[in-house]
Amino acid sequence: MQTEGIGLLINYQYCTGCHSCEVACRKKNDIPLGKWGIKLNEVGPFKLDEDPDHTTWEFDYVPVPTSLCDLCEDRLAQGLKPVCEIDCQALVIEHGTLEELAARARELGPKTAIYLP
Amino acid sequence: MNETQAKALSTENDKWVRTNCWSAPGCHPAGCGLYLHVVDGKLVDVEGDEDHPISQGRVCSRALCLDEAVYHKDRITHPMKRAREDRGLDKWEQISWDEAYDLLLTKTREIQEKYGPEAIILFAGTGRECTLSAYSACFAAYQSPNEVFAMSGYSCYGPRCAISFYILGAGYPEIDYAAFFPERYDYEGYTLPKYMIVWGKYPLISNPDGLFGHAIVDMMKRGMKLITVDPRVTWLASRAEYNIQLRPGTDAAVALAMLHVIIYEDLYDHEFVEKWTHGFDQLKERVAEWTPEKAAEICWCSAEVIRGAARAFATNGPSTIAWGLAFDTSTNGVQAGQAVLSIAAICGYIDVPGGMTIGEKETLLGKWWTDSTAEVDPDIWNYKRIGAQEFPGFAAVQTHPQPDRVLDALESGEPYQFKMAHYWGTNFLANTSAHAPHRWYERLKEETEFGVINDVFMTPTAMALCELFLPVSCVGERKGAVMPQFGRNMSFIGSMTQAIPENDTKCDIDIMIDMGRMMNPDAWPWTNVEDFYDDWLGRFYGFGYNELVDKNVYFPGYTYKKYEKGMLRSDGQPGFDTPTGKVELYSTLYEIFGEDPLPYYIEPRYSPYSKPEMAEVYPLVLTTGARKWGSFHSEHRQMATLRDIDPDPILEIHPADAVKYGVKDGDWAAIENPFGRAVLRVKEVPTIMEGVVHAQHGWWYPEQDGEEPNLFGVWKTSVDSLIPHNEMGKLGFGAPFKNVICKVYRVESLDD
Repeated sequence: MQTEGIGLLINYQYCTGCHSCEVACRKKNDIPLGKWGIKLNEVGPFKLDEDPDHTTWEFDYVPVPTSLCDLCEDRLAQGLKPVCEIDCQALVIEHGTLEELAARARELGPKTAIYLP
Repeated sequence: MNETQAKALSTENDKWVRTNCWSAPGCHPAGCGLYLHVVDGKLVDVEGDEDHPISQGRVCSRALCLDEAVYHKDRITHPMKRAREDRGLDKWEQISWDEAYDLLLTKTREIQEKYGPEAIILFAGTGRECTLSAYSACFAAYQSPNEVFAMSGYSCYGPRCAISFYILGAGYPEIDYAAFFPERYDYEGYTLPKYMIVWGKYPLISNPDGLFGHAIVDMMKRGMKLITVDPRVTWLASRAEYNIQLRPGTDAAVALAMLHVIIYEDLYDHEFVEKWTHGFDQLKERVAEWTPEKAAEICWCSAEVIRGAARAFATNGPSTIAWGLAFDTSTNGVQAGQAVLSIAAICGYIDVPGGMTIGEKETLLGKWWTDSTAEVDPDIWNYKRIGAQEFPGFAAVQTHPQPDRVLDALESGEPYQFKMAHYWGTNFLANTSAHAPHRWYERLKEETEFGVINDVFMTPTAMALCELFLPVSCVGERKGAVMPQFGRNMSFIGSMTQAIPENDTKCDIDIMIDMGRMMNPDAWPWTNVEDFYDDWLGRFYGFGYNELVDKNVYFPGYTYKKYEKGMLRSDGQPGFDTPTGKVELYSTLYEIFGEDPLPYYIEPRYSPYSKPEMAEVYPLVLTTGARKWGSFHSEHRQMATLRDIDPDPILEIHPADAVKYGVKDGDWAAIENPFGRAVLRVKEVPTIMEGVVHAQHGWWYPEQDGEEPNLFGVWKTSVDSLIPHNEMGKLGFGAPFKNVICKVYRVESLDD
């Protein structure tokens, strides 16, 4: 397997919930409506405090790759990135080895997830 | 993918073709870079162009679904006609373009001779490429002065452009996101803004006016901080250092209070104010009473947040402001806009790196739109353009009739009646681009002898009002050019490159040229979109359309601080191109037009304070118009993948109000006021202000019966029907699309 040990990193501090990853994946892999190769989830919004002057909110979008994600194996073989990574409007998706991604997560900081689909 | 990969993967019958996106179907002119995968002449896939300096590979879900528009079973792929008595019935007959044009010319001449050219009205759509061709099609083909954007107070972009022209003497001011430089943020003359105020705007979703919205995320990653001004806690607001959550329509009060803090705490740029602004002392006096506490009471927000935001913005330069539609969709918007540009100006953030870039006065095509008004008889232009005499401040900077007065003319027949209408890329019965849509519909249906539309799909507007349907080609099928800000603050120009056959459809520019050559040939030296751009690109940049295709994108560059270099004024002197040569904090032109020269606050015309008795029955403030990921205004609803993202029209309501008014998440609910009613699906969100609801606009149901009386269900969710007529500001600009009142109650279904 070309994708052995390859994961997807998502910096969901900056995911805007634009759905491009879902749609790009659906189109490339002919995934029917009702199923997803990668699915956007909404966390919140809920208040983290009640300060009327500076209310802070938990309000995140977190895409999660599903069992239908093959990391665009065919594209990786051609030297291309997975479609979700290219089309992501917030540029928050990266693929790489787990070692590379762990190092990237350290650089990127909080609200970074690494998936091994 | 990038260019190397695309070339390596492409073969004779299996190609990746590079283009830049605009429309159809619609978006604003952001010009995102696409690769279109074409196998045996058919579009099979869309992917981002990673070499594109602005979009850098990123693609929205709408562009990713381009194939679903191009090959949709319901797409109109040939011209069609229908008899006048069959309006509202699906009795269309396929015809050739020759026959379509013969019919169009015959009807045009008939109307022109019988009623005069002014009896032809052209309704323009918003955002789409049709905005480039609508003007001259009306002026130089029909020779009518009535090219209308039928939104009360012309409440979209036009007011902001007019304010910019009056206050700065320049084209639309935009946030500086290094969009003028292919090197982008690494360009050596560029500085990242320290703060961005995102005010009455959500650029992430629809790239408003051609601003590539996700650049804001790029800038946040690089360390820029946010201040948001919005009745809703948006995702951007959740990441903002200051979030001014205000009552809809009170933007001017917030802006006046920010000016108060910046001026009375002495946080402004003294050198810029002294050298380059006019009327600072009068402005200072005007805002004396506008303490944050006063504004907070009006705006239902926190004084401390206003104060903190003003201080942060003024003391951390350069900073910038993304000002949005909320400045257009308000009777008080002209003043709010003046105040906001004044904030940017007195902080010294205009035309500096990391501040607000300002547009050229003479833009590609812009001069031609203006020049083509010369093809209208001068007496007709000056005296028959509806509302031009009454609203000189509107007529001086807009080549449109005043839209509220157009509806008055339709309803009264005075000063004359419209007998033919061309709907140029607009489904305005369903859409943002009409207030009181029932009223427009009834009069146009009754009075017009002939209606023609350019569009991609059958729409309620076409079904109700037209005899001729001209099918428009999509991105990838057509040739053209895309220019952010419609040319008014144009960071680059991108080629719209053809990848698949156009078949029996045409782009709006080709339709315009065909009409021009047929109706008024002397004004139309071009034969098609290609030689049209050969000519215009040649005049400005010295190369033609095919060279633009080769380049893919072209960046004409930007010079900062043009006001110091004599680059803004026609006389070549330093300063701004206003009557005083300065940024007019005190507007000498507003004064001439009968408006207060200084910014002020007035209550929205329909609010709990201005109409307290009415508010007892209609207690909620209604705001509208927020964008959706899966559609552009009324478009994309028939495309399955996108409809799955936004299946229903959504009414956002605070959970406390949901309890109070007896509705629950997922219910159908009606919003209603004396002007109209609309049914939407309830979504309870804690992020909207209590006492305020937000209703999505632009809904119709392509899956439903299209014939009269249903018209694809267009009247069921007619949010625009709740927007009043003739409530615009003194200059003729701005109407309460985002700030009226309504009540909410549960109903059983969309049809209830």
